[in-house]
Amino acid sequence: MGHLITTRNVPNADDIYEMLIDAHEGKTKEQSDAFNARLILTLFNHIGDSDVIKEALKLAEA
Amino acid sequence: MTMQDRYPLAYKTYPYAKSADQDQPHPVHHPVIVIGGGPIGTALALDLALKGTKVLVLDDHEGIGMGSRAICFAKRPLEILDRLGCGEPVVEKGVIWNMGKVFHGEKQIYEFNLLPEDGHKFPAFINLQQPYFEKFILDHVNALQAQGLPLEIRGKNRVDAVEQDADKVTLTVMTPDGPYTLTADWVVACDGASSPVRGMLGLGFKGEVFRDSFLIADVRMKADFPTERWFWFDPPSKSGASQLLHKQPDDVWRIDFQIGWDADRKEELKEENIRKRVSDMIGPDVAFDLVWTSIYTFQCRRMTKFHDGRILFAGDAAHQVSPFGARGANSGLQDTENLAWKLQLILDGNATPALLDTYDDERIHGAKENILNSTRATDFITPKSEISKIFRDAVLDLSEKNDFARPFVNSGRLSVPCTYDDSPLNSVDALPGGPARSRPGSPCPDAPLDSGFLLGQLGAVHDAAFQILAIDADVPDSFSAQGIDCKVLRLTAQGNDALRDRYLGTAPGAVYLIRPDQHVAARWDSWDAVAVTTALGRAMGKEL
Repeated sequence: MGHLITTRNVPNADDIYEMLIDAHEGKTKEQSDAFNARLILTLFNHIGDSDVIKEALKLAEA
Repeated sequence: MTMQDRYPLAYKTYPYAKSADQDQPHPVHHPVIVIGGGPIGTALALDLALKGTKVLVLDDHEGIGMGSRAICFAKRPLEILDRLGCGEPVVEKGVIWNMGKVFHGEKQIYEFNLLPEDGHKFPAFINLQQPYFEKFILDHVNALQAQGLPLEIRGKNRVDAVEQDADKVTLTVMTPDGPYTLTADWVVACDGASSPVRGMLGLGFKGEVFRDSFLIADVRMKADFPTERWFWFDPPSKSGASQLLHKQPDDVWRIDFQIGWDADRKEELKEENIRKRVSDMIGPDVAFDLVWTSIYTFQCRRMTKFHDGRILFAGDAAHQVSPFGARGANSGLQDTENLAWKLQLILDGNATPALLDTYDDERIHGAKENILNSTRATDFITPKSEISKIFRDAVLDLSEKNDFARPFVNSGRLSVPCTYDDSPLNSVDALPGGPARSRPGSPCPDAPLDSGFLLGQLGAVHDAAFQILAIDADVPDSFSAQGIDCKVLRLTAQGNDALRDRYLGTAPGAVYLIRPDQHVAARWDSWDAVAVTTALGRAMGKEL
């Protein structure tokens, strides 16, 4: 199946990073954890390829 | 000599009677002794006895234990019982259900339909209290015994010692009249999750214990809940971390409350405390009787091998799963159909004991699949860490509005028979365009015929015969090879789309070689006597 993209792939890194931090603004630790979990699961569904997810899980271990 | 019962009986079906074997100067020899008279032991004994083998069942009680215990019986085990001749009364008494709903708090987040395809004799699931299930098997056994079925069940016969050498197994059996000794060619231990036989042989039973406990209450009430499986995460009544509601016959409902690892068992089992939990759940105005209550904790574990020389293990004695998914009794019955024909071929001199290694291969494959599914469901229902609970709750939160998240919800993946994909008994698939669901190793899917259903015509239970099934293909009227007279069934898929979809796919015709347990051994696009002979030998373990 597919492979995880590990080269630069977002044109607007600063914007995306800010969106993520802003999304957590005003949340308690508990709310942020829940938000992150929902976010990861939503992105998993978008990726839809367990090989890519496996590579991402491995990369995140580093 | 008094022998204390470990549990109360629902039916005293085989009261102790002194056997002539007990007065013999030398141990009496039996071809097959089954230890344990539960559903797995009796189904196995019945299967072998119908094939003509003399079988003795030893049980340390005198009948069927009280308590509903296993309640969900899946399609494949019902088909197995049908082959044994007692599937229909079980389904007639049982509650047929297809729909499941999952709630999070007060909100329904998910529902599933088991979507039974048309053209099967049996439904996807029925609910039935285990004592009824056992009673239907035993009633059938009793009726056949009157006609000479070579099956004997001895109550209050407790096996206290097991020894084996190259030729036989020797059992020391305790009875109210004192001990006696028996010998057997083969012994099958169907003596449950805490299997005393396994303990006597010092064989391991390894796996995972889950840190949670569940309170079961069977309540009798007049309620208009639909015939569906309802599962709550964080139920609004706060009666448990999760709860399950499921209908059984006789206006009885099974309710499971997840009460946690640290629950005080004695306190929780007090009637007033159980009644309060139930009332909190079903409403204060609904009148009900408590029929049976119990607290269980659960494990997922199995033996490393399911046989040791001449002693075999089946059902919970060999493998234990958590209850989510109804994979306990259902997989035990699949053990029996896998074992019966192999043992029969060996007893008839048509196979060597090496064939029993494939009982290990195939049923350990099944046990692994069941343990995997059941462990995953348990980890979802009882998250094992803080972060695991965060993800679980995230799935439930998302599922309410987003369909994509619902496949992650796991309140139990329900039992389906496994396909023995890597079994050494399979031959390479030689049917181009054939459907995946009936590839070698698969259990044959049922299909409608003009004269009833397909499975009823495959692999008669009375011998360990292999079946040749030809669909729109030329085959001989009869075929014998490897010492076996195969049965031959010719069908056409003209005007039978279900048969075409399930057995031909895009192929114009097909020849199937089917094992006595209705699993596919091999398939081809046309008849080839040499290939069939080779595949038959392979399926009988001649290449092992």
